[in-house]
Amino acid sequence: MDLSAINPILLVAALMSAATPILLAATGELVVERAGVLNLGVEGMMIIGAICGFAIAVETNSPVFGFLAAAAGGALLSLLFAFLTQITLANQVASGLALTLFGLGLSALLGQSYVGIKPPRMGDINFGPLADIPVVGPILFSHDPVLYLGIALVALVWGILKFSRIGLVLRAVGENHDAAHALGYKVVRIRTMAIMFGGALAGLGGAYISLIRVPQWTEGMTAGVGWIALALVVFASWKPWRVLLGAYLFGGITQLQLNLQGAGVAIPVEYLAMSPYVITIIVLVILSADKSAAPGSLGRTFHASH
Amino acid sequence: MTSLLSLNGLTKAYPGVVANDHVSLDIQPGEVHALLGENGAGKSTLVKMIYGLVKPDSGEMTLHGAPYTPPEPRAARAAGVGMVFQHFSLFDALTVAENIALGMEDAPKMSALSEQIRKVSDTYGLPLSPDRVVGDLSAGERQRVEIIRCLLQAPKLLIMDEPTSVLTPQEVDILFETLRKLSAEGTSILYISHKLEEIRALCDAATILRLGKVVGTCTPRDTTARDMAEMMVGKVLTTPKRTTTELGKGVLELREMSLPSPSAFGMPLRNVSMTLRQGEILGIGGVAGNGQDELLGALSGEMRAPEGMLMFNGVDIGKLGPVQRRDLGLLAAPEERLGHAAVPDMSLTENAMLTGAAREKLERNGFLNWTSARSFAERIIEEFDVRTPGPANAARSLSGGNLQKFVIGREVLQRPEVLVVNQPTWGVDASAAAAIRQALLDLAQAGAALIVISQDLDELMEISDRFAALNEGRLSMPCPTEGLTVEQIGLMMGGAHGMEVAHV
Repeated sequence: MDLSAINPILLVAALMSAATPILLAATGELVVERAGVLNLGVEGMMIIGAICGFAIAVETNSPVFGFLAAAAGGALLSLLFAFLTQITLANQVASGLALTLFGLGLSALLGQSYVGIKPPRMGDINFGPLADIPVVGPILFSHDPVLYLGIALVALVWGILKFSRIGLVLRAVGENHDAAHALGYKVVRIRTMAIMFGGALAGLGGAYISLIRVPQWTEGMTAGVGWIALALVVFASWKPWRVLLGAYLFGGITQLQLNLQGAGVAIPVEYLAMSPYVITIIVLVILSADKSAAPGSLGRTFHASH
Repeated sequence: MTSLLSLNGLTKAYPGVVANDHVSLDIQPGEVHALLGENGAGKSTLVKMIYGLVKPDSGEMTLHGAPYTPPEPRAARAAGVGMVFQHFSLFDALTVAENIALGMEDAPKMSALSEQIRKVSDTYGLPLSPDRVVGDLSAGERQRVEIIRCLLQAPKLLIMDEPTSVLTPQEVDILFETLRKLSAEGTSILYISHKLEEIRALCDAATILRLGKVVGTCTPRDTTARDMAEMMVGKVLTTPKRTTTELGKGVLELREMSLPSPSAFGMPLRNVSMTLRQGEILGIGGVAGNGQDELLGALSGEMRAPEGMLMFNGVDIGKLGPVQRRDLGLLAAPEERLGHAAVPDMSLTENAMLTGAAREKLERNGFLNWTSARSFAERIIEEFDVRTPGPANAARSLSGGNLQKFVIGREVLQRPEVLVVNQPTWGVDASAAAAIRQALLDLAQAGAALIVISQDLDELMEISDRFAALNEGRLSMPCPTEGLTVEQIGLMMGGAHGMEVAHV
């Protein structure tokens, strides 16, 4: 066992990267749930984003176009969910599960000819001299643009929900859709927009895995990250900054346990492998003990009667 | 003087029922106009048409002498018509200021809005802090949020749908003060209620609806409550009566019961002691939130009591749950109709089954006898005059008063030995309330013991033999109702126990 082989600076830098797919997907789902919709199809939208991003990046040889296509793909798939739940008033849980299964199958079909190909790499942002600062440089200034976009989106979502009129209306719709309707707000339209935003971010998260984290295409490569993102939203009490904290905690422990495995620590691999899930859940449960802040209309079907 | 709003021959029919049949009325500027009627008389439909939620089939409305046909509430608000709903359309998780901002077309910045809210709440004597979360507010405070939301848009006409049904007497006084001030400033108010004394105290004119038609108008100050009630009901009212009865032996006894409240914002019970005798009605008053829900829970079995605190016919039942207590003959009907007393989305038959299974023998070896359950539900509907197409209708589809009759009837018909009811006539119109009170009296007459918890002091004075008040979870010593003065009741509600003088 050799713990000195673990470099704390590289570990922190790697955890930010490991956390980004979860962070993107969870931030999107947070907005969806604050609008009162429970979309369990995150995993399906992520994998669709992963293959759309991968395929377009390979075809155009541009990771930027890849990410754009991933967002579009995720949003398009989420539109199917929006149609089912908002227009035909189907059950949200069943529709979300169906979306995940559909996304997994469709991505496998789309991805058949892309197995074993290397995608074009997205370069890190060049911060010039900032990157040379000891410790801080490698941790904060050595990443790709999408990672920074993820953090910026958390801040943006937080600010919009808290300070803007559109955020207030979105929260109102999620809190009590009947009252919002009575006041004249377009519940279905607002929810559809939120669902598409959530789909786009899930797609970005998926593409981050296939274009940056791994980077290659294999079937089912999101491997449950979408479900972790869903759980994270609940345990984070629907608060953006707690989602960030939870995602980094999860990413951090994932990296740490991989490093520990590499260093040959005398803990069975199974325990190490489960530790990110267990610790993330424990910490967020403790955090969420203050007050359950679930949006009042979460998961309920809205029908404008009269 | 031209009227502010006049309705001419408004008609609205729904399948199977004409909700409004050629209704006409005029509201003058600055007038407080009462709209009176029983449940189902068509009051709500009428105001929904004025507020643009429902379109009339025929008839016309004029506002300021110009034709007025609001296609949606937004247009009604723009035309100067504001409405405070009976069931508030508020968002629990949002703050007062955020709730108000959502109801405005072009809301100012939050800080400016908070300032405006403070100003309006000062001007009209409606204390309200803009930063509080609505979920933590009392019913009266929530109503203030709705009123202030309307006032910020400077309405010419304010519609209030049964505003006092959820308020304490003190809150009613504050509200009336505000409404008088508004009317003095020239705002007209359309006030819907069936509380006649309130209307006599507040309103300048009244229009009375029965079965969708205008059956009369009057000046409330010059008309007795009884006359108005009879116009509303269309028949001569009988006040509930009881012949004096011999009280039997003690059947239920509470010994120094102290229990913590199950909810974080509840009130624990503190040393509650009393003995209830057969044939007796014990009325329990007090301002809401002083342990009423907890007392009902402790008696119904939703909260368990430690040994030796709760005796029923000499047996300790503190550890028994609601089902076993029902088996023994201790029944309860809680205050909240939808969600506590009845399951909103279940049919009346299913709701009848839920509490009646054991005592009405609707269940055998775990199998349910739906035929008997349906006839039990039909019997409740028949005997308590519940207006519904049939027992297969969902509880949610009934109006508040009708569901209340069903919920009380369901317990009364199970021949309880002890019946505990909380707010039995809350939100129920005059004739239905009289019917419910009569049923409770008849039950006591037949030898059952009753505990009636209510905010309505008149009701308690009318039907109970003894009166006690809950204050901060403590129960005052019950005294005979006869000869009890308002001052004595006030002292009891204020927390003076027995013959002690209140310590101020």
